[in-house]
Amino acid sequence: MFARGIKRKCFDGEEDIEGTLAGFKSVPSYNLQRQSLLDMSLVKLQLCHMLVEPNLCRSVLIANTVRQIQEEMTQDGTWQVINAQNTGQASLDRLVSSDILCRSTKEQGEGKLVPSYSSFSKDFEDIQSQDIISDLSTVASVQAPRNPQSNVWEMENPQENRGNFQKSLDQIFETLENKNPNSVEDLFSDVDNSYYDLDTVLTGMMSNTKMGHCDVLESFSSQTTTNSNSNCKSDINELDHIVEILVES
Amino acid sequence: MSQKPVGGPPGEEEVDWCLYQLNGTTEFEVSEADIISTVEFNHTGELLATGDKGGRVVIFQREPESKNEPHSQGEYNVYSTFQSHEPEFDYLKSLEIEEKINKIKWLPQQNAAHSLLSTNDKTIKLWKVTERDKRPEGYNLKDEEGKLKDLSTVTSLQVPVLKPMDLMVEVSPRRIFANGHTYHINSISVNSDCETYMSADDLRINLWHLAITDRSFNIVDIKPANMEDLTEVITASEFHPNHCNLFVYSSSKGSLRLCDMRASALCDKHSKLFEEPEDPSNRSFFSEIISSVSDVKFSHSGRFMLTRDYLTVKVWDLNMETKPIETYQVHDYLRSKLCSLYENDCIFDKFECAWNGSDSVIMTGAYNNFFRMFDRNTKRDVTLEASRESSKPRAILKPRRVCVGGKRRKDDISVDSLDFTKKILHTAWHPAENIIAIAATNNLYIFQDKVNSEMH
Repeated sequence: MFARGIKRKCFDGEEDIEGTLAGFKSVPSYNLQRQSLLDMSLVKLQLCHMLVEPNLCRSVLIANTVRQIQEEMTQDGTWQVINAQNTGQASLDRLVSSDILCRSTKEQGEGKLVPSYSSFSKDFEDIQSQDIISDLSTVASVQAPRNPQSNVWEMENPQENRGNFQKSLDQIFETLENKNPNSVEDLFSDVDNSYYDLDTVLTGMMSNTKMGHCDVLESFSSQTTTNSNSNCKSDINELDHIVEILVES
Repeated sequence: MSQKPVGGPPGEEEVDWCLYQLNGTTEFEVSEADIISTVEFNHTGELLATGDKGGRVVIFQREPESKNEPHSQGEYNVYSTFQSHEPEFDYLKSLEIEEKINKIKWLPQQNAAHSLLSTNDKTIKLWKVTERDKRPEGYNLKDEEGKLKDLSTVTSLQVPVLKPMDLMVEVSPRRIFANGHTYHINSISVNSDCETYMSADDLRINLWHLAITDRSFNIVDIKPANMEDLTEVITASEFHPNHCNLFVYSSSKGSLRLCDMRASALCDKHSKLFEEPEDPSNRSFFSEIISSVSDVKFSHSGRFMLTRDYLTVKVWDLNMETKPIETYQVHDYLRSKLCSLYENDCIFDKFECAWNGSDSVIMTGAYNNFFRMFDRNTKRDVTLEASRESSKPRAILKPRRVCVGGKRRKDDISVDSLDFTKKILHTAWHPAENIIAIAATNNLYIFQDKVNSEMH
């Protein structure tokens, strides 16, 4: 049979996601499959970090696939902030996941809710959905007053999300390129192992929760959050440096 | 789809392939280091070199025909084995450099010695293979064992005489071309001028002179100023067989660029760009990945190029950039399995492709130890298997068939039963005759045309 891969299942055979994109968009499982593919790709890229010398061709191809999905999701409008009030029933399916979230919390600064993207992950539905949703609602309702024009907020976010997402991809490539004696630590400090710990990921989206180095970064960062890439980058470099110091002490 | 074997020259009888010989350990003893990573015939086909993951090179030599032993004619026997590359550690980057031999290329023979280039991810080496079959005897000052003679016993002078000895094959590293590449070398190609060669990594291509190791010229550089903007890498490259100024390189986006070194020192601007527009009906998230070209080979004539991407092999005419002139499906039944193949990383497997001597047949490997041949003239294709079970010496290979549901014939294999760990990535075709070398994991299969072998 197929050589052993990661445990995540893939939806081959039953639903053919390789059909025309437009035609299949109405099929609910298409979104699930797309999300699953996105998650799988991110894990692959993360694993790239941990390999001794990642295969650049493979990394580039996976990263391009991720960008492609992200672009499509942006066009779809499925790349949205979690807004429990607006989505109602759909919110039961939506959970924010992945390490990207962790990075985005760095940029929160004042605690503005900026999750990178929402996921329709069916897997998570049954697990802790109630707790999380209530927390989400709490956070969302706190945020809503800050931004009375929810439409603008939603439109804004694809850009921010893109930015956050892009930054993560950028970081991966930066790390791939900048292999210096400190890089091994950098590699591991970039990789958020809590991605693999579902609890941490889900609780991490609340800005007040301690989340290891993300939280540390927040408290040490004196810069106000802007959406400019360069600021965030220097944040990241500074933050990495700070983490290093912390780790060594 | 016809099941008749293909491979013969146009107009003549079709070829029946049979196993000629098999080299390698049995399945139970496979160690990672024994996995063959490259196979290459020299320009006459007399020598066949293989490289493995452990950094070793094994050279086979074809036995000359002799009337005395009709059965051992044309057999490829081990000629020499040597350790080409050792594992290294890059202290600056804290990374291991694998000793796996990525490519071997023979230099055209210019004297009694044979020369080849072998490369791993970072370093290219030029090896000289020489024979010694005579040794001098009758020294004045030394005896047979090399010990100094007692001078009092020396009564007359003699001239040392060359006497025959058992053949000894000596391999020595003549040049080491190091520190030319930041990224992993995926191809090397010797120029038809026999003085220069090029080496390509993911982002750059360098031109070397065979005699100069401390300097190389960068002729292609696709590294973006910002690594974050990186979306395309170089996957393979080759010099034109006849025009020493032309070379081609392929990319992960499925494009081919033909470059002319006379145009400028840095060949970032291609002379010709070969790219087939995407088929919108087949578009999926995997479209780009499966369009990535894993190998590119010029035809012997120099008129065509052969490319391999995940599901097809394509023949391109150098005079037509808009699309390939021929496209052959290698294993289209995998199209609906792309997601699983992405999950287990098989979708990133890099298959090679090969032309036969007359450019009439092309060959490439697949999964389940299958390899495929396509006759460009008759448009017939065949699937054959390289495995111990299905290859008895001198027995004709039976064509295999993969069934995709529907009617299943006896001996057909269903897509779901394919073994994706048994992949044939490396294949080579003798430059003139119907002899092929197939690397299946740690085993080297040599198949020959039955007619060919009976005639000798």
